Amino acid sequence: MEVMPKWAEVILVPLISLLLAAILSALVILAIGEDPIAAVKMMVTGALGSTYGWGYTLYYATNFMFTGLAVSVAFHARMFNIGGEGQAALGGLGVALACLYIPWPHWSLALVGAAVAGGLFGAAWAAIPAWLQARRGSHIVITTIMFNFIAASLLNYVLVNLLRPKGSQDPASARFVDTVNLPTLHDMLAPIGINFSKSGPANVSLLIAIAACVFVWFLIWRTRLGYEIRSFGNSESAARYAGIRPFKIIMVSMMISGALAGMMAINNVMGEAERLVMNSVEGAGFIGIAVALMGRSHPFGVFIAAILFGFLYQGGAELALWTSIPRELIVVIQALVILFTGALDNMVRMPLERIFLSLRNRKEG
Amino acid sequence: MDAYLTILQLLDSTVRLATPLLLACLAGLYSERAGIFDIGLEGKMLAAAFFSAAVAAVTGSVWVGLLAGIAASLVLSAIHGIASITFRGNQLISGVAINFLAAGLTVLVAQAWFRQGGRTPSLFGKGRFEPITLPFAESLQSVPIIGPLYYELISGHSILVYLAFAAVPFTWWLLFRTRFGLRLRAVGENPAAVDTAGVSVVGLRFAAVGICGVLCGIAGAYLSTALQAGFVKDMSAGRGFIALAALIFAKWRPWHALYATLLFGLFGALETRPDVIEAVIGMKVQGQLLSALPYIMTVIILAGFVGKAIPPRAGGEPYVKER
Repeated sequence: MEVMPKWAEVILVPLISLLLAAILSALVILAIGEDPIAAVKMMVTGALGSTYGWGYTLYYATNFMFTGLAVSVAFHARMFNIGGEGQAALGGLGVALACLYIPWPHWSLALVGAAVAGGLFGAAWAAIPAWLQARRGSHIVITTIMFNFIAASLLNYVLVNLLRPKGSQDPASARFVDTVNLPTLHDMLAPIGINFSKSGPANVSLLIAIAACVFVWFLIWRTRLGYEIRSFGNSESAARYAGIRPFKIIMVSMMISGALAGMMAINNVMGEAERLVMNSVEGAGFIGIAVALMGRSHPFGVFIAAILFGFLYQGGAELALWTSIPRELIVVIQALVILFTGALDNMVRMPLERIFLSLRNRKEG
Repeated sequence: MDAYLTILQLLDSTVRLATPLLLACLAGLYSERAGIFDIGLEGKMLAAAFFSAAVAAVTGSVWVGLLAGIAASLVLSAIHGIASITFRGNQLISGVAINFLAAGLTVLVAQAWFRQGGRTPSLFGKGRFEPITLPFAESLQSVPIIGPLYYELISGHSILVYLAFAAVPFTWWLLFRTRFGLRLRAVGENPAAVDTAGVSVVGLRFAAVGICGVLCGIAGAYLSTALQAGFVKDMSAGRGFIALAALIFAKWRPWHALYATLLFGLFGALETRPDVIEAVIGMKVQGQLLSALPYIMTVIILAGFVGKAIPPRAGGEPYVKER
């Protein structure tokens, strides 16, 4: 029985959770002796007040769209993929190899090739925990956590011993050739007369990320595979009875998830750094968890949540630059969002359900 | 004799590095045996590391610091308990949130409190847990074999190290020889049966989560007041996850937790001594491989290729009375 109307389920519950997270964040800012209203003002001007700010906000949002979608797809199959960080790191390796060793004639071909390489590497890195879950029953959460650490060690090894150019002390790959440099929003918007800041790193990958949102929506709600993934997520036994093979669903959903996380690398590695550096993911894989929870695993929700987190990231960087509030404030906000929209979901839901139930009873009685 | 001394030094740093892992591993053991998954060990250790160092720096007493660390860890435990027991939320998501909460808040508070870029002032004197020299360690040092063993390896650790090692038999006794332990294990396997017997599932689980908080608190305090002299950002450095790996490796058993954490501690100690590995096995081993080894071994154990690890049956499932 549905106790709550759909609008309450989709909008009211997340909104109240977010509000609680925001109030607590404001209290945290107060507690460290700063002014929350001034902080928010500074974040808004810093992240949204100029095309420079937007350039960074959208750049971060692109990362979070990919990782948020990755977590969402796995969530639909009731798999909790904490391994986005490692999968994105491996995706970075795939993108770097594609950019370094294939002589691309044009950036557009390079983008397709790099996205495929990054996706394949990410999918492969997710496939091992998926296989272990499906065939050996190892808990996917624990194995994906372990794979994050293994990925970090692997990348450390590859960068220091294999990809580092001769004579360089820096554990990073060589710079990619200019032909694979992606056009930024400045390059894309200039022909139509919009003067977008040159220094913002947002680039053409943003469009790929938006396309990925549409793709995931189509996959989950408009295809047979998506139907199977959702059925499996809702009830494994019912899905099994309907002839859906758990092994296939676990493998496919986790590999799509890993591929999405891996494709993030076209933004941060190919679009921004233009070489592979140590720890290139910078926690975006974990933010994907917050983004997916906030967006209720729906691509449109993920899109909105990713932009919000992009704003928080850029705004937080501005705060750290101009005030004594460290960047870690964003980590606290992220934690509170995960806590309230994820773990404490019932705390908001239970009283709301009671209210709606009593409203309905009054109407009937 | 030189080789012997090198081995002793290596084992000595193994013990030092294994101690926080052991405490956190036992913490996780209580929680997971009661059916509450805890991937927030890392965050609790980190919060405790900060608050114990901060309070020790301000008050000058490491014991007050230790209490503050335990209190901080208990607060996070309470959040985990409320989310996963009271509101029957997802225990894994709650753990993730706690890790981030600790990672962010420690730096934020450290910056507001000390203005030293997210660290605490260095601790000295009574603000730290100093090494304890056990009786006769100095005078027996000249006795061959046993003397150096006693002096280098057994003596000269901080009190928390001895506490951690004592916690192993105590945990075994509590879990397998007392009524409380039986109930705690039962609540992780079949909470409905415990409920039917008239024992509070919620109470037992909160007790387990509380013990977990205390042990994580000691583990964190050890990091910042004994292993090092002060808190630095992200100083737990994944130890909570290695402890989690050790817990699976040990298949949720106290004595095996000791062996697993000592093994992972040894890997950590070997990472700083590549010369020793080269001398023993005759070839170079990449440091990155050593740091990944605990995780790789855990995946292999988890996959059941070498003796299957089966978690407590009701782990991760919120208990709903009506069913």
